[in-house]
Amino acid sequence: MNRQAVDAFASGLDSEVRQAIEAGTARVIENRSHTLAEDYSDLDGLRQLAGQVRQHALDHLDRYLPQAERRLRDNGVQVHYAPSADRALEIITGLVRASGTRVVTKSKSMASEELDLARRLADIGVEALETDLGEFVIQLDDDHPSHIVAPIIHKTRRNVADSFAKHGLGDFDDDPEVITRRARRFMRDKFLAAGVTITGANFISAESGRVAIVTNEGNARFGLAGADIHIALAGIEKVIARDRDLPLLLSLLVRSATGQRISSYVELVSGPRSASQPSGPREMHVVFLDSNRSRIVGGQTREILRCIRCGACMNTCPVYRQSSGHAYRGVYPGPVGTVLGPLLKGEDGFGELADLARASTLCGACGDVCPVNIPLPDLIARVRARSHREGTVSGDAGIPSMGGYSLIARHPGLWRLAMRFGRVLNWLPLRQLPLGVSRAWFTSRTLPRWRGGYFRRWLRSRKEGQDA
Amino acid sequence: MPDDRAIVLDRLSASLDKLSERTPYPEFAADAATPDALRGRGRALFAKRLAKAKTVVFETPQALGDYLSEHDAAIGYCDPDLAPLLRPWLGPNVELDLEFDHGRVNEYAFGITRATGGIIETGSLILTDSDTSNRLGALAPWIHIACLDPAALHETLADAITGMGDDPNIVFVTGHSQTADVEGILVHGVHGPGEQVCLLYDLALPEGHGDPDQ
Ligand code: SF4
Repeated sequence: MNRQAVDAFASGLDSEVRQAIEAGTARVIENRSHTLAEDYSDLDGLRQLAGQVRQHALDHLDRYLPQAERRLRDNGVQVHYAPSADRALEIITGLVRASGTRVVTKSKSMASEELDLARRLADIGVEALETDLGEFVIQLDDDHPSHIVAPIIHKTRRNVADSFAKHGLGDFDDDPEVITRRARRFMRDKFLAAGVTITGANFISAESGRVAIVTNEGNARFGLAGADIHIALAGIEKVIARDRDLPLLLSLLVRSATGQRISSYVELVSGPRSASQPSGPREMHVVFLDSNRSRIVGGQTREILRCIRCGACMNTCPVYRQSSGHAYRGVYPGPVGTVLGPLLKGEDGFGELADLARASTLCGACGDVCPVNIPLPDLIARVRARSHREGTVSGDAGIPSMGGYSLIARHPGLWRLAMRFGRVLNWLPLRQLPLGVSRAWFTSRTLPRWRGGYFRRWLRSRKEGQDA
Repeated sequence: MPDDRAIVLDRLSASLDKLSERTPYPEFAADAATPDALRGRGRALFAKRLAKAKTVVFETPQALGDYLSEHDAAIGYCDPDLAPLLRPWLGPNVELDLEFDHGRVNEYAFGITRATGGIIETGSLILTDSDTSNRLGALAPWIHIACLDPAALHETLADAITGMGDDPNIVFVTGHSQTADVEGILVHGVHGPGEQVCLLYDLALPEGHGDPDQ
């Protein structure tokens, strides 16, 4: 029996889904490393620099956030603060209602996933269309994204063709080109009909109030050409100090996310359309979402807010690849979600997702690829430690107590004794022990034969040899 | 009414006050992430980078006219300032709409607008609100033709970003619209143009047009 939720989910995972994820992540890993290796001889230096640029902005958010607000207001943008996800929903649904529109176009935004925004807009009778192709498929299937960059990495082209056929978007055809053309045709009328368009923000510069939005499909651009009102929803951590930080951050973001050198469209929006421009929003709003971020910013795991949502950590994570993003039960899967997921839940909700930190081998791969140098393995260990300290039940499920080990490790005499007699483990019927944890452990693992105890003897003999 | 702003900012200060030290702003060159291999200047290099980024480049209006007739592109939107300058090079059967008609969005085979500049490092075109006669014209038709004065080039992404004026909408366009959402297979022309074209040629627009420093 698997007692950890991620384990349990992974063991029930369809093999087709696992293969789709394996293939999808392998492709991106390959592209990413190829481009980065070709372009940079000192990638680690750049990652550290980018990490410092992000950390500087976060450590001074009490200055930069109001500065960004001022710039945005000067540019004619209406700025809203949302202490919680519920408040953000209230603000956005209020704006959409007041506009009188029945159709809203939406481009990809992880913050909007935190709000479950499209569904909540549907609840008030507004058609909120996801315009990113992957997100659109997710919406048709009433599913959730399983990856922050490639939302349908868990689906095959047959799955997509099935959904299109089921929803009246043409007969079954699993040619990705046909699928894309059909989405193009369907979506453009919506772009023109929508009164409001909602985007996320990759970065917001405190210096100029510029909101950077990066896409390959051009869906955010179309939203910003068709609608009358633009609402950008951004976590407060998206603020950066200066415009000159953008080239560095964008360069690392795009290379890490897809292996491209730049996305097809990098859009810098700093306000409503200019007077001479006939298309595009006359009104722009920025909603700054807190939802526990302000608490994280001064805490033990604050580096996690540097995240620029490139997805590299999940692509490279062996646990993610085996279990899929849905195993993480939240908006952010993989190593970043392991830390961010429980933290974004706040003091009271931390325990609900604290078990995620156990679903890691601490192999360190995520920390090595992160473009903003987030020490992910350390942070995962810190979340583990906190869940242990706070006695969070879900975080400790299926975990053997380490008390015995800790006792032995702290007493050299005991340690020597244990090393000498460790061999006994080879003869004990460990699998049959009537202990929950050991049963859970042995159902999916094999304990290698004990071969320890020789190192000290070897070292001693070596020292003696040298002394002689 | 609770003051949302005060709540968030108070929480932030309270949280940040707990930090014993705050990370300083590092010293670095804005183009620190420009790979050495992508540095360089000049129109020829830019044309090469555009092509590498899957943007079709023409260096004469005649070549553009030929391209449109090869593609049977008969109806399109065109920036009213550019139309008289390009008209002589387009076939007699090519119809130009000088106002973007929403009702014809699916009929337009192409859209012609001005670009404000280019970025050599990435092979990107820079579109801005002040130079784009209609955002839809630069986006909705299958073919987008950006007319760019070859004098308006930036060497690096950093030059472009730090050297822009205060236009409310700046877009760096690199190649055509694309997706790899379905099984990672690259398909072009999702919502934006399936073909991105650049006419790299000084059309000698009247004063005040096409100048990035305006
Ligand atoms: S934690 Fe780092 S690697 Fe993971 S998504 Fe965020 S920026 Fe990318």
